[in-house]
Amino acid sequence: MRSGGDGRRGVAIALLSTVVFFTIVVVLITHAPGWHRVRSEFFNWHEFTSTFPEIARGFVLNIKIFSIAEAFILVFALLIAILRSLPGPVFFPLRALAIVYADLFRGIPTILVIAMLGFGAPGLGLSYLPTSVIFWGIVSLVLIYSAYVSEVYRAGIESIHPSQEAAARSLGLSRWQTLRHVILPQAVRRVIPPLLNDFIGLQKDTALVGTVGAVEAFQQSQIDTNATFNFTAYLAAAVLFVAVTIPLARFTDWLVARDRRLRQAGRLA
Amino acid sequence: MKRIPLFAAIIAVVAAVAATSVGTSSASVAANCPTVKSGQLTIGTDNPAYPPWYAGGSKSSFWKINDPASGKGYESAVAYAIAKKLGFSRAQVKWTYVPFNKSFAPGPKTFDFDINQISYTPARAKVVAFSVSYYDVNQAIVVNKGTKIAAVRSVAGLKSFKLGAQLGTTSYGFIKSVIKPSKSPAVYPSNAGAVLALKNKQIDGLVVDLPTAFYVTAVQVPHSKILGQFENHGKATDRFGVVLSKGNPLTACVNSAIKALRSNGTLKRLQQLWLAKATGAPILK
Repeated sequence: MRSGGDGRRGVAIALLSTVVFFTIVVVLITHAPGWHRVRSEFFNWHEFTSTFPEIARGFVLNIKIFSIAEAFILVFALLIAILRSLPGPVFFPLRALAIVYADLFRGIPTILVIAMLGFGAPGLGLSYLPTSVIFWGIVSLVLIYSAYVSEVYRAGIESIHPSQEAAARSLGLSRWQTLRHVILPQAVRRVIPPLLNDFIGLQKDTALVGTVGAVEAFQQSQIDTNATFNFTAYLAAAVLFVAVTIPLARFTDWLVARDRRLRQAGRLA
Repeated sequence: MKRIPLFAAIIAVVAAVAATSVGTSSASVAANCPTVKSGQLTIGTDNPAYPPWYAGGSKSSFWKINDPASGKGYESAVAYAIAKKLGFSRAQVKWTYVPFNKSFAPGPKTFDFDINQISYTPARAKVVAFSVSYYDVNQAIVVNKGTKIAAVRSVAGLKSFKLGAQLGTTSYGFIKSVIKPSKSPAVYPSNAGAVLALKNKQIDGLVVDLPTAFYVTAVQVPHSKILGQFENHGKATDRFGVVLSKGNPLTACVNSAIKALRSNGTLKRLQQLWLAKATGAPILK
C-alpha cells in the first residue's frame, strides 16, 4: 500500500504532465502556418451544425446494420466454434470446413467481401435474391465477423480445463449436455470482453457498407464534404461513432477489471 | 523526485523545437504566373481518366484507361491549349494523379491546376479557386432499356424511382434538390460502382453529366439509353472549371487563357471534336 502523501503527489504530477503535454500540442497545432485553413476546413462550427442532423439520420442505418449483424454473428460464430471443437476422426470434414471458413474470411479484406456480395450477388440476376445493398452488407459483415468471433469462442472453449468435461461425462451427461450445461456457460462468460471488442470493430466497419451505395453516416459525411470541400462533416460522423464505441469500450474495460477482481478473490474458476 | 527535472528538460527541448518550427515561413517568389515547379506546368487529374474527357486509349502502366498526356479527349486537349497560352511547350507539361478528394484538401498542392470535371459551386469556391468555365454541362439520366423508368418523359415522373449518382458529383445534389425522389438515392464512391449498380438494376436510373452519359451508354452498360437531359430555364445547369489552390496568382493567368480560347473558337472546336455526340439528348421538363 502507498501512503496518502505519495498518492497525492502522484495525482499532482499526473495532472501537471497532462496539462503541459496538451498545452504543447495545442500551441504547436494552433501556431502552425496552415492552422487557420485547417480550422476552417476541419473544425468549422457552422459546417458541423448544418451537416450533423443529416449525418445523424444516416447513423440510424449504421445502428440497424450492426444490431442485426451482431445478433446473427453471436449465433453463427458459436456454431462454427462448436464444429471446430468436435472431437474424433468422424467429424474431420466439419472441422476442416470450419477451419477453412475462419482462415478465408479472416484473410479477405472486408471491403472486398462487401463489394463482391453487394455488387456481385445482385449481378447474378437471380430474381429470388434480394438486390438491397444493405442486406448484402449485413451478410458480408456476418461472414467476416463470425470468422473472428468463432476464434474468440474457441479460445473460451479451450480454456475450460479438460477435467471438467471428464467429470461431467463421468456423471452421466451426454457430450451435448456437457457442452450445453458445463463448458459453454463458463467459456462464454470468460470471453465476453473480447466479444465486446469485436462488436466495437463491427460498429466501425458498418461504414464500409457505404462503399456499395448505402447512404449511412460516413457516406453522408463524404457527400457533404464533396459538396462543400469542407472536411468538418467527417468530424460529425466521427462524433456519432465515438458516442457509441467509447461507452462500450469503457464498459468492456470495467468487465475485464471486475472479472480479474473476482478471480483474484477466488470466486471464479 | 528524481524524475521531475528530467521531465522538465524534455519539455524544454520540445518547446524549443516547437518555437523554431513555428517561426519559419515560406518565402514566396512573386512572379506573374508562378508554378509549383518552375519551367514546368503540373496538371492534375484522376485515374482512371475516362472518355470523352480523356481519349485515345493510350494506356500506360500507371494511367489505366487513357494517358492524359496523349492530348486526346476534351480535357486533355483543353489543358494543353491552356498550357500553350501560358507559354509552356508540350514537353513542359507534366500530368500528376490527383484523387478528387485530394484536389481540395488543405495544405500545399502538388499541381498547378486540376482538370477533372469539377463543377463550380459557391461553397466549393470558398475553399479552392475555380477558373472560369471551360465547359457548360447539363445533367442527364441513363436507364436500362425496356424497364419501367424507360417510359418516363418528365422530371416529375422520375420521383418514384430509385436513382443513383457518383459521390462528389453535382448529380447527387441535382437528384436531391430538383428531382426529389421518394426513395433515398444511392451514392457510389466511383464511376465503376455506379455503373455496376445500374447494370445490376440495383438502381433504376443513374444521373451523370451528359458527356459521361454518352460514354456509359456506348461502352459501359449494354442495353442502356439516355432517357434525357435536364436543363434549368434553357441554360446549362453546371459549369466545369479547373481547380487551383485558393489565392493562387496563376488563376488570373489561367482565366485569361480560357477566355482567349473561348473567344478564338478553340473551345468550341475541341467540343465538336471530342464531345460532338453529347448534344442530341431529349430534354426532360
